[in-house]
Amino acid sequence: MGLRSLAETRPRWSRKTINDNIAGYLFLAPWVIGFLVFTVGPMLASGYLSLTKYSGFGSVKWIGFENYQKIFQDDLFYTSLYNTAYYAFLGVPAQLLVALFLAVLLNMKVRYVNLFRTVYYIPTVTPAVANVFLWVWIFNFDFGLINSLLRLVGLSPVNWLWDPQIVKPALILMSLWSVGQQMVIFLAALQGVPEELLEAAAIDGANNVRRFLRITVPLISPVIFLNLIIGIINLFQTFTVAFIATNGGPINSSLFYVLYIYRKGFESFAMGYASGLAWILFLIILVITALQFYLSRRWVYYESGGAPST
Amino acid sequence: MEREEKYIESRASQVVAYSLLGGGAVISLMPLYWLIMTSLRPAGAEFTYPPEWIPSSFHPENYIVAWNRAPFWVFTFNSVLVTFLATMGTILTAAMAAYAFARIPFYGRDVWFALTLSTIMLPWAVTLIPRFLLFKYLGLLDSLWPLFLPFWFGGGAFYIFLIRQFIMTLPREMEEAAVVDGASRLRIFLLITMPLTKPAVAAVGVFSFIHHWNDFMGPLIFTNQESSRTLALGLRYFGDEQFTEFRLVMAVACLMLIPVLAVFFAANKYFVSGVALTGLAGR
Repeated sequence: MGLRSLAETRPRWSRKTINDNIAGYLFLAPWVIGFLVFTVGPMLASGYLSLTKYSGFGSVKWIGFENYQKIFQDDLFYTSLYNTAYYAFLGVPAQLLVALFLAVLLNMKVRYVNLFRTVYYIPTVTPAVANVFLWVWIFNFDFGLINSLLRLVGLSPVNWLWDPQIVKPALILMSLWSVGQQMVIFLAALQGVPEELLEAAAIDGANNVRRFLRITVPLISPVIFLNLIIGIINLFQTFTVAFIATNGGPINSSLFYVLYIYRKGFESFAMGYASGLAWILFLIILVITALQFYLSRRWVYYESGGAPST
Repeated sequence: MEREEKYIESRASQVVAYSLLGGGAVISLMPLYWLIMTSLRPAGAEFTYPPEWIPSSFHPENYIVAWNRAPFWVFTFNSVLVTFLATMGTILTAAMAAYAFARIPFYGRDVWFALTLSTIMLPWAVTLIPRFLLFKYLGLLDSLWPLFLPFWFGGGAFYIFLIRQFIMTLPREMEEAAVVDGASRLRIFLLITMPLTKPAVAAVGVFSFIHHWNDFMGPLIFTNQESSRTLALGLRYFGDEQFTEFRLVMAVACLMLIPVLAVFFAANKYFVSGVALTGLAGR
């Protein structure tokens, strides 16, 4: 801050200002170029492609809004959107609850807690592909780990991945195994909650649950919000799980939106149509994120009344 | 962190605490136990009922059988190369951008920073098809280029943000002294700021390593030939929707997991502090 305000009081185009601008943009150059070539350019290109018919080979044919008209009459568009919304809106809260619970456990003041922190994070570094194959195997009806455990305690086995009613909850259950990222972010936030505040509340007679809900949760609400935003964006783009574990089945009940984009673009070679789907996803995510920012004013608590600049 | 740890005193609370922590640890590790045990079962024995918790006989030769089923040396080489090149590019160019955002007052900085952060919320699915077409047009499909080249351009907003947050916490005195001595920005960046930024850079390095080593969709989209495939795709060589030889898949999955765990344990402290740093975004 200090250096910057100093710089601003200098004459407008001093030698230092010029040098700083040159240096700044040189340091930023790779990112700016990448931003234009790999983000802005492709964004515009996919907007354009969504108004064309293009197979990836041969010529691009302008067709106006035909793709969008078709998309809005496409049953699989609605199916995949429903599946994705189901997965994201149930999956993210479930993930955050589990992650927060684990973070609270790891924040307990006991010996060897660091060891547990490491162990709890291991599932998250497991390669996603390996993870999915492993869970397909764990969910296996006849020979899988979970059904074996169910049989062991006398319950009837569940057809996890091949029952249209159960496959989405099963995939959510599976995702709960690797919430380490959110967990560590929560843990860092929990460690930032001032001890004195909790002790003062304890003296006033508040029990553990009450202290957690009334003091800890409001104090870490900015981090809950962050995890919520990122979680929704990520789960709306779920691909690998469905692609490997179920390939969208059974009867399209795990056909997620990005899997549908992939099929249209890279299996049916309807690149224009797939681009239209992608743009609709972009707008949906934009609206959901904006809505969350709007709603966050009601429940996210910022200590200083406004976010500090750094 | 520096706060003096006061451990829970009461015996009953300790029992509850350790039972909960232990339960979580069992759930965390049980699937991995299953992974390893499956990889060691005799051929066909993964399909016996009831499943054996401990295999009746151990068959490490599964690993050799699996390894010879596809050109896994090629896949490994590709994975190592892509991971290394992408991580190098990410570290260097993300640190450069982070340094500019944190330390150099230039015109339009705040706008660029806001734009950078906004890309975190951009769904990659939107840019996927044009990126594919771009690399197709450049004739680079079926090579490893699409898998690492984009990461030589800033490496991603998340990483820039993480390093920038860290640089902001560093004292400026040394850099300012160097300016007085007439050192150039580049020298200051390379010789003063970068060494001090090691924890953040290490965290980014670990994240990037794990991301690229584990990446599945990138290779799936951008490579079609066996010669440019990576290990993540190699796991799909052991079956189809009807029948999968799980003991072989699990064997390769185990092998793929080893470098990740090695890096994770070696850099554990950077890893955790790095994630914690990203959490500051919410503040």
